[in-house]
This record gives sequence, C-alpha cells and structure tokens, in this order.
Amino acid sequence: MTAVRDSIRANMDRPLTALYLLLLFAGWANIYSAAYNPDHPNLFDTAMEYGNQSVWIVVCLVLGAAVMMVHGDFIKNMAVPAYSVSLLLLALVPVLGKEVGGNTNWLQLGPVRIQPSEFAKFATALVLTRYLSGLQAFRGMRTRAIATAIILAPVGLILLGKDVGTALTFGAFILVLYREGLSGNILLLAIGVAILAVLSLILRESMFHIPFWGREVSGQYFLIGIITLTCLFAFWFISRFVLKGQRKRLYGFILFTLIGSAVFISAFDFVFENVLSERHRTRIGVTLGLVYDPQGLGYNAEQSKTAIGSGGLIGKGYLKGTFTKYKYVPEQQTDFIFCTVGEEWGFAGTTLVVLLFGALILRCIQIGERQRSRFTRIYAYCVASIFFLHLMINVGMAIGLAPVIGIPLPLFSYGGSSLVGFTLLLATLVRLDAERLSQLR
Amino acid sequence: MRFDDRRFVLMATVIAVCAVFIVRLFWLQVVDDRWKARAADISERKITVFPSRGLIYDRHGELLVANTPVYDIMVVPREVKEFDTLALAQLLGVTPKDVHDRLTKARAYSGYKPSEFEKQVTADQFAGISLHLHKYPGFYAQSRTLRTYPERIGAHMLGYLSEVSQRKVEQDPYYRAGDVIGVGGLEQYYEPALRGRRGVKYVVVDVHNNVQGKFMGGQYDTLGVEGKNLYTSIDARMQAYGERLMAHKKGSIVALDPRTGGILALVTSPSYDPELLVGRVRNHNYGVLQRDSLNPLFDRALQAQYPPGSIFKLVQALTALQEGVITPQTGFPCNKALVGCHNHPMATDVEHAIQYSCNPYFYQVFKREIEQNKDPDRFKDAVLGLNEWEGYVRSFGLGERPRVDLPAAKGGRVPNTAFYDKRYGKGGWAFSTIYSVSIGQGEVEVVPMQMANLAAIFANRGWYIDPHIVTAIGHPDSLTRWERHKTKVDDHWFDLIAEGMRRVTEEAGGTARAARIPGVTVCGKTGTAQNPHGKDHAVFVCFAPMENPRIAMAVYVENSGFGGTWAAPIASLLMEQYLTDTITRPDLEKRMLEADLIADEKNYKPFVSKRRKR
Ligand SMILES: [Zn+2]
Repeated sequence: MTAVRDSIRANMDRPLTALYLLLLFAGWANIYSAAYNPDHPNLFDTAMEYGNQSVWIVVCLVLGAAVMMVHGDFIKNMAVPAYSVSLLLLALVPVLGKEVGGNTNWLQLGPVRIQPSEFAKFATALVLTRYLSGLQAFRGMRTRAIATAIILAPVGLILLGKDVGTALTFGAFILVLYREGLSGNILLLAIGVAILAVLSLILRESMFHIPFWGREVSGQYFLIGIITLTCLFAFWFISRFVLKGQRKRLYGFILFTLIGSAVFISAFDFVFENVLSERHRTRIGVTLGLVYDPQGLGYNAEQSKTAIGSGGLIGKGYLKGTFTKYKYVPEQQTDFIFCTVGEEWGFAGTTLVVLLFGALILRCIQIGERQRSRFTRIYAYCVASIFFLHLMINVGMAIGLAPVIGIPLPLFSYGGSSLVGFTLLLATLVRLDAERLSQLR
Repeated sequence: MRFDDRRFVLMATVIAVCAVFIVRLFWLQVVDDRWKARAADISERKITVFPSRGLIYDRHGELLVANTPVYDIMVVPREVKEFDTLALAQLLGVTPKDVHDRLTKARAYSGYKPSEFEKQVTADQFAGISLHLHKYPGFYAQSRTLRTYPERIGAHMLGYLSEVSQRKVEQDPYYRAGDVIGVGGLEQYYEPALRGRRGVKYVVVDVHNNVQGKFMGGQYDTLGVEGKNLYTSIDARMQAYGERLMAHKKGSIVALDPRTGGILALVTSPSYDPELLVGRVRNHNYGVLQRDSLNPLFDRALQAQYPPGSIFKLVQALTALQEGVITPQTGFPCNKALVGCHNHPMATDVEHAIQYSCNPYFYQVFKREIEQNKDPDRFKDAVLGLNEWEGYVRSFGLGERPRVDLPAAKGGRVPNTAFYDKRYGKGGWAFSTIYSVSIGQGEVEVVPMQMANLAAIFANRGWYIDPHIVTAIGHPDSLTRWERHKTKVDDHWFDLIAEGMRRVTEEAGGTARAARIPGVTVCGKTGTAQNPHGKDHAVFVCFAPMENPRIAMAVYVENSGFGGTWAAPIASLLMEQYLTDTITRPDLEKRMLEADLIADEKNYKPFVSKRRKR
C-alpha cells in the first residue's frame, strides 16, 4: 500500500495537477469577488455563495485525495454501477425535483442540492471509455449504435428536465468517437449541416427577387436555388475536366449534397417554425444577430459583453468590478462568471484563463496519447472533450460568439455539483495516468 | 494506430478556438470602446448638487424672498412595471396621453437614467401624490426649491428666476440648459452670489438605480458653495405701504436714507404679484403681463425718463450761486413775456424764487450762466457757458446711469454742446434755442431714481452716496462699500435751498402744503413733467426732517397734473409712517388709497391671472 501510494505521488502528472489547482483557486477567488459582500467578508461564511463554495472546494480536495487512493481497476469496475446510479438519479429528477428558472435539474439531498447531470457526465465518460476500450476497433453499425445509446440515455433523461444546455454538453463525446475512428465525414457533415442551418435562418426573413422571372421567393428557396446552380456548375465542370473513372463517385456526391440540402432546409424550416418555442427562436435569432432585443433575451448577452468590454486591457482590479457587483449581469456567479474575470482582470486576465483552459485540455490530450492503456487514453479524451465543450460554449456565450446556453465554466462557476463533477473527471485521469508505468496492457 | 493522427486535428481545433476567443476578447476589451462607454452610461451617474439660492432680507430682517420646496416626479423607464395609466394620470392631474407621451420620451432618452416626468408639484399637491406613488415602480419624487415672496412686494426690484437662455449657456460655461438664472432686479444683479456654485458628485448605481458608492473614491467630485443671503436697506413695511398708496395710479416712488444711500422703498406702479412669475405658471403669466395695456413689467422707477420740471430750478439756482452769476439777494421780475408763469409776488431773492417757482426768474438765472460774455460771439459764448454748466449739473448724478445695484436703470439726459451741435449744427444754437432747459423742460431728462438722489443731495447739503439696495452679502455684518460723491457746489449754498424747500411745504403760498407732517419739518419741491401725450406728470421731491434728514424721496404720479395734489400727500404719508410710525391723517390716507387715476384708461381690465397654489 505504501509503495503504491509513493509511486502515485511520484507519478502524478504535475502540470495537470498544477493547472487544476491554479484554476480551482482562481475560480474561488473569483466567486469571492463576484458575490463579495462587505458585511460578510469571511471566506467560509456559509451565508454567502463563497462560503458554500469554500466548503465544496474542501470537499473536492478531499475527494481528489481519495481518488488517488483507489486502484485503477476499481475505477473501471465502478463504471457500470456509477452509470446506473446516475441514470436512476436522473430519472428521479423530473419526478422529485423542483423547477428553477425553467429547468428541473437538481435534487434536494438533506441540506445540499445536487445536480445528477453533472455526475452523469463523469459516469457516462467511464462507461463509454470502458465500452470503447473493450473493442478491437470502432467499426460497424452495432458498435456505433451501442456507443450512441450509452450517450443518449442520460441525454434523454436530462431533456425530460428541459435542461437543454447540459444535454448539449454530452455532444462532447462525438470528439472521443472521432478520435477512436468515427468517420470524419460525419463531423464534416455535422459542420455542413450547421452552416446550412445558420444560412437558412439568416435568409428566411428576407425575400429575393429572381431576375428574368419577375417573382420573389423567400430566402430558403433562394438558398436551395443557389445550391442547385452550384451543383449544376460542378456537374458541368466534372464532365469536362475530371477523368472518366472518377466521375461516377463525384456525381453521386453532388446528387447526395443537392437532395440532402434541399430536404434538410425544408425540414429545418418546418422544425424551426413548428417545433421550437418562441423563446428558443428568439434566443437563436439574438445569437445570430438577426434579432436585436437588448431588453429581453438579448439582455444577458449584451450585459455580459458590456461587463467584459468595460474591463479594458488590465481590468478594474480585484473586488472592483462594479458592473458585475451591482447585478447588471444576470446569473453572473454561475453561467456568466467569466464576466467577473473580464471586468476585474481585463484582457490580461481573460486571456490567461483561456490559455490555462487551453493548456489543461491539450495536456489531457497529451496524457491520453502517451498511454499504453486504451482505457486511459479514451478516458483522457473524454475529459478533454468535456472541458473543451464547456469552455467553448460558456466563454463563447459570454463574449457573444455562442447562444446563451446555461452551462457552467468548469471550476469557476458557483455550484458544488459541477465542481465535484469536474474534480472527479480530472482526479480520475491523474490517478489512471499515474498507473501507466505499472500497466502492461 | 490508424487514427493516431487525428489527435492533431483535435489539438488544432482546441488551439483554434482559444485563438478565436483571444482575438474576440482583444476586440471587446481593448479595441472597441463602445462597451466601456455603455458600462459607464448604465452604471455611473453624475449627480448635481444644487446649492440653495440665497435669501433676501429687508432692513429689519423680514424675508422679502425665500425658498419653498416643490417636487419633480421622475421616472426610470427600465424600472417601470405595468400600471394603470388612467389612475396615474388622475393622480398627477394630466391626461393619459401625456402619461404615454412622456414615458415614450423618457424611454427614448435612456432606460436607465431618470427623466423628469412631471415638474414642480407643489408641497400641497405632493402630499396627496406621495401616498400612492409607491404603486408605480420606476416613479419617484425629487425635491427642489422655488422662490416664494412672503410679503408679495417689490416685484421689479427683486426680479425673478427663469430658465437660462441658449445664448447665456453658450456665453457662460457655468450654465447648462435647464438651469435657472436670475432675470431682472436683485436676482440678476447678484446672480453669482445668490446662486452659489453647484457641486457635482459621481456615483455608481446598481441595476435597481440605488446609489452604491462614489465613483473612483470621489476624486472627480466637486464641492458646491451655498448661495449667499442678501441683506438690504429696504423697509418692507414702507415698500408695502408705498405699493398700496400707488395702487390704481401710474408712477413710482423712490425713498432713500440720504446718510447712507440705502434705498428704503422702490415702488413702481402698476406692478404685479411676484408670485405670478414662479414655477410652472411663469410662462403663461409672463405672456399675460406682457400683453397688459398698462405695461406692468415696465420698471418706471429706473427706466421712465421725464423732464425734471420745476425741481430742476433748484439745481439751476445752486449752479448759478456757485458760479457767482447771482447772489442770494438777486431778484428778477416775473416777466411773463419771456416764459409763462402764474401770478405771485415778485421774487426778490433766491429763496422766494424757489418758493414761488417763478419761471422768468430762472430764465434769467440760466441766461446768466450761459451768456457770461467770455466770447463776443453769442454762439461761441453759449458753448463756453453750457460746458461750464454741464460740469455742475453732472456732479448732481444727472445725465448718467445711477450706479444702483439693479441691472436696468436708465441715465436720463443732460444736454451738452455735443448734443446741440448734433441737433442744430455747430454754431447753430445759442441761449435763445435752449432756454427751456432753465425750468427743467426741453431736452433735459431724468429718471425717478435720479430725482430721489437729488433729494438726498439737498438733504445732505451737497453730497450723496450712490443709491443702493444691498447693504451686506452673505452675513449681515459684511458691509458693502458704496462710493461717496461731492457736488461741485459748496455746502453753504444748500442751506438756501433747504430753506426754500421748507417754505414750499410750510409757508402759506407754498405749492406743497399737503406734504406737511405734524411735528416734522418737511422740505419739498413740486414739479410738473410736461407730457405731450396727455395730462402732465406730477412729481414731488422731499426730505425730512429738515435738520439731520433721515429720508429723501421722489414721488411720481403720471397724468395727475399738479404735483401738490397727489404726489405730495403720498410722500407725506410715507414719510410720516417711516419717521413716526403712525398715521395722523386717516382721511388723507383713505383718499389716497382709494384714488383710481387710471379707471378711465382704455383697455383697462383689472389684472387677473393664474396664481400658483401654495
Ligand atoms: Zn413767476
């Protein structure tokens, strides 16, 4: 036991641990500032948010130390039970939980509220890792179906609680699947679809005059027309300049693109019009800059940008972020915590935080790539992907590059469940990585 | 592994996203100033601390001008919740359309910053409103002060407050659009002292518009300076009495303490209630006053220029005595061929000439002054004589704007060689052209203020202190300094004049016997200012008591003909009230108070206007 512990301490990845601790304490200091109340300056005053956060940070440190004690095999074996418990808890949320802000995503356990979805991320990562590491290769419909099912089961339950943001974060696992062999075309397809969706949204509000025809058509039909013309041109180009043997494959591709886009645009229009609620439509519209609504849904985004923008190059100084402190930014201790960074520490601070997160994610990938164990590698990608997606959406939302989707910034946002969830994710990676030299598999 | 290279795709993606974020952050935080401006606009407020305007007191500490609180109803559009437009409209006494329009205007200005919604609600009205205002989130009251006039007197000399003009804003960096500024009277003359200096505080407010603290520790704040009080020489009782006596008459009264130059009363009639030009009703009432055919906005005491009439004979006598062209014993026959006169015994000396106010006598006196035979050419001789004469007359404070502490005084006119040269051409005039000046008619003009000052000079036997209203600024002991002036006529000649003026009131045959006061020796002189448009204007100057005079006064009553009929009794009543604090002639008083000399004026309607609720 002593030997194991010594080897753990010796083999713990120091850069990753350091990055974790750095971000953890930066986040802590930030919560203190965001919720600072001169009447309750005590860091452990549980009447204040930072008091609670302090308690949770201690919990996290203890939990992290505990994870270091357990054996890697135990973690692997815990995957399925943890996943099952998570699903059970998620299933209980819509039944027992209370609605907060349009979402039902937490359970009251005695004095603490927990968000099972935050733990479900960790459990899903473990189970997915376990399943994928057991495969020879990520191939075949059955494999894909099982992997998809593992991911979609918690997503489905989370969507029952209307927590779209958290459900979206499970999309991070696509990156893991890609690393393990999912066709890149699927990712490209996804990106292509996203571009089409955005284009049709932008164009659907405007009418276009068609020359030589004397009629006006709405944007999405105009878009289909443009795509058709492009395809016809491509067809002509191929028939003239491409070798005969390759033509057939390219013709097929063009045909697929044409029919696919037309169907997608029409279907998307239908879904947008009939399935999405007004609220969601506006929210998407605001993000795309189609709807200007600074007092309504655009308010959050506008205030967030104002807070960050007002920080300037070096910020207003610690505890001096008046714009965030005087509640101009809604949810500024949770979803919009990045605003406090931006206002008090300026461009210097925000850049540092982005760079620290970037380094953390890249370090996770690096750790994954140095493993002999497939399990640890895949798991490392899960961790990296989850952090990446959170960073992308949360910071992107705060600076107006992504729609306002309420998900936390890892280790910064107020809330025990997410703090514990991200700590478990990282601690487990450190623990598994520390074993790499003693693992022969 | 076949897919090992994909790690680079993923790492590149992470790096790309971070790079995009950093570029975007650089844009937001360093390049684009819009967000800093927006944050400041939303969360920082400049609060102007207006000092309370100085008060104005009379010589006994009575308040002439005070401040009274009113309330502005403000609105912060972002805080406004759904509300009953009709109920709010009724509460504030406006139409529902007003409510809608004003809210739209406020929104257009700013969602976060307060706008004025309803201005100057009086304390009485506000008592009712304040009970219900909490039902309308986003609306709140802000108090400020308006002027109030406890005695309701002295409208012209006090002036009023008005919104500062665009021109003034451009000229004077102190003023911002919407500031108030003193217009006319003491409010204008002492504007910098009365207004003080406003302070500015920069504060940070939270999202609910509550002040949370000073901006940058208050380093940009400036301290305000309170407005200074004015302590005046005005006697509020005398001023009020004078205004009552002058009711329904056109004219003016200027009363001075000759020993100090302090103005005791400054009455212009017709006048108006100073409360009419306060607050929301000001613009309306000002229009009404402007259209009034009696022109109540005209400040007769300082601006009406009349020929001085017979009173000018006193100045002529003094000048001639000093020049040595006559002696106290010089007599002239009443030769009505030269200039008209009334029937009286011949004036055998100066004192009698004054007593009888003999026109041919002063014709001869002036002739001697102008034609001193210093030059054989009578035209050139007249120039020399008039130049000499002008120097004497100007030393009486005539022909120049009185240095009174009021903005609008006129200077009258003492015709000199330049004036006649312009009118008749050089060498185109001689004594025969200008002789009517000898009896105070013709080109010579004075304003009532100068007339009163003349009375003070007679009272002081040869000197005066510039007439003024304010004796102390800021503190009753901080005395203001006023210049003392000496006439070019030696003191001893004035005793003659005083004796002549005594005879005017005290002796049988005097023209102003109505001015006598039991127990007090009054010196006076009546005059008639010729009026080409109608009945002549009556004027009476006087001082009392004869020895150690404490009051000097000029009373003008327009279109009342002879000075002894109306002007002298009014002056007498005022002096009696001031000197003895009693009125021993109630019948006379009643007659003066009830006299209506303008009842037959065309277009005359009793003045009725909106009045501010108190
Ligand atoms: Zn005569």
